[in-house]
Amino acid sequence: MSHVIDRDAASLREEVAGKRRELAALEAELAAWEARFGSAATRTDTDFTTVSGRPVRALYTPLDTADDEYLSDIGLPGEYPFTRGPYHSMYRTRLWTMRLFSGFATAEETNRRYKFLLERGQTGLSVAFDFPTLMGYDSDDPMSEGEVGKCGVAISSLADMETLFEGIPLDRVSVSMTINGPAVMLYCFLLAAAEKQGVPFEKVTGTIQNDILKEYQAQHAWIYPPKPALRIITDIFEWSAAHAPKFNTISISGYHIREAGSTAVQELAYTLKNGFTYVEEGIARGLDVDDFAPRLSFFWDVHNDFFEEIAKFRAGRRIWARHMRDVYGAKRPESWRLRTHAQTAGVTLTAQQPYNNVTRVAYQALAAVLGGTQSLHTNALDETLALPTEHAVRIALRTQQILAYETGVANTIDPLAGSYYVESLTDELERQAEEIFAEIDDLGGVVAGIESGYFQGRIARSARRFQEEVEAGDRLIVGVNAFEEEDATPLEILRIDESAGQTQRRRLAELRERRDEARVRASLGTLTAAAKGDANLLPPMLDAVRAYATLGEIRGALESVFGRFKEPVSF
Amino acid sequence: MSERKIRVLVAKPGLDGHDRGAKVIAAALRDAGMEVIYTGLHQTPEKIAATALQEDVDVVALSILSGAHMTLFPRVRKLLAENGMDDVLITGGGIIPAEDVEALEAQGIGRLFGPGTATSDAVDYIRSWFGESDRGGDA
Repeated sequence: MSHVIDRDAASLREEVAGKRRELAALEAELAAWEARFGSAATRTDTDFTTVSGRPVRALYTPLDTADDEYLSDIGLPGEYPFTRGPYHSMYRTRLWTMRLFSGFATAEETNRRYKFLLERGQTGLSVAFDFPTLMGYDSDDPMSEGEVGKCGVAISSLADMETLFEGIPLDRVSVSMTINGPAVMLYCFLLAAAEKQGVPFEKVTGTIQNDILKEYQAQHAWIYPPKPALRIITDIFEWSAAHAPKFNTISISGYHIREAGSTAVQELAYTLKNGFTYVEEGIARGLDVDDFAPRLSFFWDVHNDFFEEIAKFRAGRRIWARHMRDVYGAKRPESWRLRTHAQTAGVTLTAQQPYNNVTRVAYQALAAVLGGTQSLHTNALDETLALPTEHAVRIALRTQQILAYETGVANTIDPLAGSYYVESLTDELERQAEEIFAEIDDLGGVVAGIESGYFQGRIARSARRFQEEVEAGDRLIVGVNAFEEEDATPLEILRIDESAGQTQRRRLAELRERRDEARVRASLGTLTAAAKGDANLLPPMLDAVRAYATLGEIRGALESVFGRFKEPVSF
Repeated sequence: MSERKIRVLVAKPGLDGHDRGAKVIAAALRDAGMEVIYTGLHQTPEKIAATALQEDVDVVALSILSGAHMTLFPRVRKLLAENGMDDVLITGGGIIPAEDVEALEAQGIGRLFGPGTATSDAVDYIRSWFGESDRGGDA
């Protein structure tokens, strides 16, 4: 469908001149308005900056978006540059996936919590692993003592994974796994568990976070140094394109960068630059960018400043599309379009007056939906204190359902497009992100920046600045430095005791008894040899997993070849 | 009576990788004039105690958000005592439920600081502890 405007050059020139006259008139009116009213007394309880420190003016007008061209800058949803959304019909066809991050204690207990959530309308699963699993240690490793099941579910082998998804059909429920250092191992556990259910790899849907660059920068759940870690990720891109084409091989994340203290534009820029780095790795391997780019996915934080977050989501899509098409030469629209999961900002929740967190999460969820997220996790009100209770997590899920079914915001696509404020903020974020890309290029790229501590330093500096603002009373947090009061009744919180550790230790002992030890040794030997060369690691790892080699054994085999990352320590 | 610089070890024991708070506290203590050593992540209790001894610190501040505090605080305290450092203040923070805070204080751990803490509270607490301790006063 095209509207060919049958106009001659003269009438077009007149229209453009007319628009210019209109803007000039507005500029004059605005100047007069500011002269009369611009010095009105302003509130002293705020400095009118976003939580990232960005100054916000009193008023935005067409003058702020005069340079935007609708089709090339804003466009249509599902069309380059995807500012308005990655899909043509967005929530009109399908709502975002309601995917609450969840896991604790043992696989059985987490399986029960998954069923609880699925029964109540959750539409996708998201696995939270405990710290030993996140770092690649078996539950019975000495390093795991006191930590098993405390922050997430303990998974040490395929057997635990089978239990985790017992009664949950992996060809019908998509599974996102927040796992990075040992992502390839947990991916293999999931694929092998699906295989045990009779589900072929091609039908498995979900995501592995698998974003090691942001681990070095922010979340810190690394194992190996950057070079072998990137090799593993590229192996995953290559193997999955052929064998698990419905699986998102990576969730390129800003969430953790933001939670560690960065500003919105740092989150945007560092995440996208990490994404470009992964694309470059794939291309350097000799892969066709259009073979793996469509399965790259993203993960944004949803912080407090409502409009800054919405603009960030929109700018992110536009920047990614522009670079993928014009810098990396991707040809398929699926390679240009940024699809994202989002999580409401854990760091904004307070331990003081925790019920206020329900409100914070609701506003943040609204921003995520107006930003066009594909998938959303809403935090529970008690998460500054512990992992969520059933009661708290249910409210978090209902928050999304109320948003979806009662507010009407999902009825139309990208409703804030055209807002003078939102469009000019989207433009500003894009401009500032491009400046940061150039800065990172000057340092020699992302890995060089990680090794020199550039990202870690910038993030820590932003975190300190924010804390100084709070302590100076320049940034108010309700219940913390404003409207404080003692809570009458303490909340009932979830307690996880040491029994998960005990159960896991027993299970692992039994596993080692009943498995074919020779087969495990042989498979680990094959895997180690593959790691020394440049064969794709997925096939030998799947064999080791099927033999019930444990997470720690597999991690150790690779560590003997790759070594361990050494953190550049500073504060 | 001269006041020498208070020496503080800020440590991240166990597998917990959340260091935003530890770094903000370390910077605040340094800006308040203390000598601060930050261990970096993934430290074993043994390594922390060895570093505390080596650096001859007055205070060991542990940051734990992983739920492993009931294992890690007591272990560090025991190892410090074995190193002859039972007059060192053990403080810290993270995600530690109120009942566990009480249980740890009963075991001889100092004040613990949770979410929403102002860094000035941590600074004041350490200064006042030091002033009243045997380590305070002339070096």
